[in-house]
Amino acid sequence: MVHLSIKHFEYFQVGSIKEAISLLDKYGEEAEVVAGGTDLVPQLKAREVEPKYVVDISGIKDLDYVEDYREGLRIGAVTTYDTLDKSPLILRKAPVLAEAVHGVGNAQIRNLGTIGGNLANASPAADTAPPLMVSEASLKIMGPGKERLIPVEDFFPSANASVLQKNELLTEIQIPDMPANTGEAFIKLGRRAGPDLSIASVAVALTLDGDICKDVRIALGSVGPTVLRARKTEDYLRGERLERKVLEECSEIVAKEIKPISDVRASAEHRTEVTKSLMGNAVQIAMSRGGRGR
Amino acid sequence: MPEVELRFVLNGKPVRAFVKPNLTLLDLLRHDFKLTGTKKGCDRGDCGTCTVLLDEKPVNSCLVLAPKVNGRKVTTIEGLGEPSRLDPLQESFVNFKAVQCGFCSPGMLLSAKALLNENPHPSREEVKRAISGNLCRCTGYTQIIDAILAAAKRSTSR
Repeated sequence: MVHLSIKHFEYFQVGSIKEAISLLDKYGEEAEVVAGGTDLVPQLKAREVEPKYVVDISGIKDLDYVEDYREGLRIGAVTTYDTLDKSPLILRKAPVLAEAVHGVGNAQIRNLGTIGGNLANASPAADTAPPLMVSEASLKIMGPGKERLIPVEDFFPSANASVLQKNELLTEIQIPDMPANTGEAFIKLGRRAGPDLSIASVAVALTLDGDICKDVRIALGSVGPTVLRARKTEDYLRGERLERKVLEECSEIVAKEIKPISDVRASAEHRTEVTKSLMGNAVQIAMSRGGRGR
Repeated sequence: MPEVELRFVLNGKPVRAFVKPNLTLLDLLRHDFKLTGTKKGCDRGDCGTCTVLLDEKPVNSCLVLAPKVNGRKVTTIEGLGEPSRLDPLQESFVNFKAVQCGFCSPGMLLSAKALLNENPHPSREEVKRAISGNLCRCTGYTQIIDAILAAAKRSTSR
C-alpha cells in the first residue's frame, strides 16, 4: 500500500471573511483554501497540490446560513450538504438543489463537505453545479476591498478551474425563485446504486403552458470538461408540445451537444447513451412536477 | 514547521495535544492517543472504517486535518461503551452476529449511533442510507441492518 503523507504546511483557522482574504492576499499562489476538506485532503495526500499555507474557512460563522431573501434564497459558502439536505427552506424554494444534495456522497461526506467547496473545487462531476445552473444562480466573490457577483455559468472557464483569483473567496450563493408552473428534476447515474461520483448527471427546469414547453433550462454534469448548459437542446424544446417524438429528438440533440471523455468511471460512448436516457427521464419528471403547479 | 496546540474533548474528557498541521485526525487518534479502534482502510474517504463522531456527527477522520478539531468534541469507538457495559447497539451487534472480520464494526457502530441519536425510530431504508458510507466486505449488511433496527426497537420499549 502506498503510504499517503501530506507535505508540511502552515495552518490558519480563520474566524472572519476579512481575515481569510487578508491571508490570501498575503500568501496568494502559495495558499490553498479548505472548507470541508473532502476534496482538498485527498489532493494533499496525493501531492496534487503542495501549498505552503492552508486557510481553513469552515469556522467562519458568517458563511454558514440558508436564508429567505426577497424573491429567492441565499446560502453561505461553508454551509454543509447535511444542513442543506435537512433545510425545509431549500426543499420548498430550491427543490432541484435539494434533490442533488440528498444524493451527494454519504453521511460522512455530507457532514463535512460544503456547497462553496463543491463549486470552488470545480469538478465537472460537482453535483450542486447543474441544479444551480438551471436555477440561474449567482455567486458572490469577495477580494481585498472589492466584491463581484457572477452567474454560476461563468464560474467554470475550463476543466477543474474556476474564475476565483488567488486572493478571492467565494462567499455566497444566490438563487432566484423559479417562474410559476415550473417543474424541476435532477438525476445522476453512478457506477453503483450506493454513493458514487456520477458518470453523467442532468438537471432540468421546465416551465409549462399546458403541455407546451414555455421555457426550459438544462445543465449536464460529468459529460464535458466543465458542467455545461445544453443551449441547443433548450432551443429545440422551447415552444414544443412535449410528446414522445419530441422527447426522443431532444435526446438525440443533447448527445451532439456534450463532449464526454473515457475515463476510469465510464467510456465516452457509454456516457453518451446514459445522457440520452437521463435527458428524456428528467424532462418527463420535470413535466409531471410542473403540471402540479409547483 | 510550527506545531499547533489543540484542546478538544475526546470521548468525554478534555485533552490537549501539539500537532503538525499536516496530520489527519485519524493519525492523531491512532498514533498520539493510541486509540486504534478507529481503523485506517482506504485513507481517502471512500470506505468509512475511520468514522468518528465530530460534534455528534459521523465524519471520515482521514479527511479531517487534525487542527480542525480544536475546541470541538470527538467520539471514537472507545467512547461508546465499556467491555462490562456495552452500548445497546454493541450488544445488538453481538446478538445478531453482525460482526465477522470486525474491521468495519467501529465505524459502522458510530454511524448507527449518530443515526439513532438523531432519529430514534428509523425505517429500514433510513438505516441503509445512514450506513451507506461504511463498506462491509463480509456480512452482506443484512445482520448489521437487523441489529441496528433491533437496538432502536429495544431502546424505545424501555
